Amino acid sequence: MRAAFKDSIHQALADPDLRGALGRFSVAYKASRERAYAGLDFEAVRDRVRDVKAHAASRLDELAAAFQANAEARGVKVFRAQSPAEVKAYVSALARERGVRTIVKSKSMATEEIHLNAHLEAEGIQVFETDLGEWIIQLAHQRPSHMVMPAIHLTKEDVAEVFSREVEPGQAPDIPALVAFARDRLRGRFLEADMGITGANIAVAETGSLVLVTNEGNARLVTTLPRVHVAIVGIEKLVASFQDIEPILTALPRNATGQLMTSYVSILTGPLQSTEGGPRETHVILMDNRRSEMAADPRFREALQCIRCASCLNVCPIYRLVGGHVFGKVYTGGIGTILTAWFDGLQASDEIQGLCIQCGACKDVCPGRIDIPGLILEVRRRLVAKRGQPLVQKAIFALVNNRRLFHTMLRAASLAQKPFAKNGFIRHLPLFLSDMTDFRSLPAIAEEPLRDRFRRLVQPPCREKAVFYSGCLIDFSYPEMGEAVVRILNKAGIEVLFPEGQTCCGAPARYAGAYETAAGNARDNIKALLADGPDYVVSACPTCTVALKEDFIATFRSLGMEEDLEPARRLAARTFDFSTLVKRLVDEGRLSFKEGQEAGISTYHDSCHLKRTLGAQAAPRELLARAGVEVREMAECDTCCGMAGSYSVKLPEISAPILERKLDNIQATGADRVVMDCPGCVMQIRGGLDKLGSPIRAEHTAVRLEERLR
Amino acid sequence: MCNLSGLFRERAGAVSAEVHAFGRAQEALAFLGDFLPREGGTSLWAPGPFLQAAGRPRIPGLAFDVTREAAAAAQVGISQMDWAIAATGTLVQDATTVEQRLVSTLPRTHVAILGTGRILPDLASLLSIVHPDRAACLSMITGPSRTADIERVLTIGVHGPARLVVLLVEGIPS
Ligand code: SF4
Ligand code: SF4
Repeated sequence: MRAAFKDSIHQALADPDLRGALGRFSVAYKASRERAYAGLDFEAVRDRVRDVKAHAASRLDELAAAFQANAEARGVKVFRAQSPAEVKAYVSALARERGVRTIVKSKSMATEEIHLNAHLEAEGIQVFETDLGEWIIQLAHQRPSHMVMPAIHLTKEDVAEVFSREVEPGQAPDIPALVAFARDRLRGRFLEADMGITGANIAVAETGSLVLVTNEGNARLVTTLPRVHVAIVGIEKLVASFQDIEPILTALPRNATGQLMTSYVSILTGPLQSTEGGPRETHVILMDNRRSEMAADPRFREALQCIRCASCLNVCPIYRLVGGHVFGKVYTGGIGTILTAWFDGLQASDEIQGLCIQCGACKDVCPGRIDIPGLILEVRRRLVAKRGQPLVQKAIFALVNNRRLFHTMLRAASLAQKPFAKNGFIRHLPLFLSDMTDFRSLPAIAEEPLRDRFRRLVQPPCREKAVFYSGCLIDFSYPEMGEAVVRILNKAGIEVLFPEGQTCCGAPARYAGAYETAAGNARDNIKALLADGPDYVVSACPTCTVALKEDFIATFRSLGMEEDLEPARRLAARTFDFSTLVKRLVDEGRLSFKEGQEAGISTYHDSCHLKRTLGAQAAPRELLARAGVEVREMAECDTCCGMAGSYSVKLPEISAPILERKLDNIQATGADRVVMDCPGCVMQIRGGLDKLGSPIRAEHTAVRLEERLR
Repeated sequence: MCNLSGLFRERAGAVSAEVHAFGRAQEALAFLGDFLPREGGTSLWAPGPFLQAAGRPRIPGLAFDVTREAAAAAQVGISQMDWAIAATGTLVQDATTVEQRLVSTLPRTHVAILGTGRILPDLASLLSIVHPDRAACLSMITGPSRTADIERVLTIGVHGPARLVVLLVEGIPS
């Protein structure tokens, strides 16, 4: 990471206005989005959005041709542009021919993407953004920091300052007055402009219609008053049929701003009547700019399902800390990272892809059902494939697979923390058990790993067999969690095996983009875990469970290792996360809890992978409740705790405030324990609580439940 | 129908539209006779079936010749809507002719007249009856113009009307 990038992060983190604004917004957004979807089935809505957009993405060229034919039949000029340069040349030539001196624009990310304003201004044309946020940004000579709210990073004081400096001195930091000032100043611009430029939220191929959505009403003025209208539309905005508008127009306002409907929606087909009476000159530029290439890429095609609602920014724990400018380009946040990799080239996303902590919060709310973290990982993989894996990483991944040696080294490192930390080796460990992060205590490395302690466990005779997959943390740091799992399963009549051949789940390699290493891990594990024909494979680490259930398959697929898919699927089919399996055993009457005793108050932290990938948020809560534990929910119970592999080592400045917020939310419940299903989260949260000297205990669900078993 | 109009009133009200319901056309006209002079300035009424049936009501300051200059100078714009969507509190209009757009974009107050029987349940039902072949410009209006671009504080009336007054009238031509 370049120092300049780190600097921009530090600057953003040190800006209390930014963090305050984004923090408050993220809370308000969540509530208003939920309200807006009341009575609707969001999953069904987004299935339809996905279907409509995916269908369009699979036939962009055909739809663009149909749009052109249908719009031209009605008298609109349609120009299909491959590159930003072609768009700019077209608009400048048109402006010259029509004697255009001033242009009013309504908000359009496509024109931001190609820096159209700068180009036109260089040609001597005055361009006025009319969306309030965009106008502020234009006057401040900045980039939008958010797709829907471009000026969210500025305070009213900043805005008053910009207006006073750039438009008229003496503006007070009073929001209604600033808004009135903008209305007043821009009114004349609308009336005198020769050309209006808009984007479009949807372009309908079947009818040649454009759908424009604004809250301020500026797009209606831009499309009504000037004598020429130019719409610049990315071809991902195309949909096949008029009815396809419905799911998008249902999702967009709800997801973008928590509204049931945006204030103004215009569906324009053919040239509108101009204020002089005749048809007004109308041009639509369908812009490709690498979108067709994206559509041809089997992995990235789904990114074209984006409807630019920005909810992936609004729910992102990283975005809410650092804001949009850290991303360095026009598109920000999770989807911005992906779009930047295409529109500005893979290399341009090298640093920002590392900002994603892979928590999956965005994927949960994306109305286009885009696997945003998955695509960011794919960006990472391609970057690694292009530049090769760093040598030190290679050495580490090799070491990780020699389990005993790895444990010995970790143990030595944990005993002699400083010296090891210093030589720069341990900080790169994929286990991040290492170092120098000054915000949390380090976990101790157990004297003896679980794999060795396991041999001494005495188990009763059982009729079923489960294989336990420990993962690194439970094996090396928290063997007691593994032992709790064994005792619980034994009570239900299940014998637990610990195959020696099991190794790292490959998640660190995969998240580092080193897919070949991850594939090797996957193969070794599949062989070891399936060898004894177990009834169940169980893991008490959600990240590992996801690896076993999903990532092995995904990695093999990415690398085209078809013959490995079948065993990977067999493993996936019998793999369970701890709570889901235990819940099932309890439901079957094979396990029960002590009755009549109060077991104190706990709060539950949803680990990212358990909730969002495995969908297991109810099972652990129900188990705790049956065990007599009162579960008192914390705010943002499913927000990432900041622990994500090497993330906390590479970007401790971001990880730390995320943890801080989590600890505040835990403490606010008044619970005496915080329970969770992930040993990584236990490490992060326990470390944070220790550091605060808090009496609250952080525990794995398995440990909490074992005490309460009958 | 009754339910739809109730839901429409609730939803439109929730986004700061002012909704008034009238049993007869005459009452709506009486309301305007009272309302427009109080608003002050000039008012501009765009052509529509209701206006046609009502003749050109004589109200001080009210004009009917819609040009961009007149619309830019008017305090109130009046137009008739073609449909509404109950679920979202949205008014819908075929705004193909420019007069319809001028009176609902430039003046500070927009008075939208709607026949009570024109309320549809939801967006899907609207999209199943409108088609671009019949309307080159379909305008959907949900509450007055708004922004939250400065500090996320909701502020009404940026570029479009700051006030949206909806007159729901029984039995008017459409
Ligand atoms: S990726 Fe999804 S959530 Fe993000 S802006 Fe696009 S549609 Fe919205
Ligand atoms: S996965 Fe999490 S960190 Fe990554 S972009 Fe999505 S919300 Fe942000």
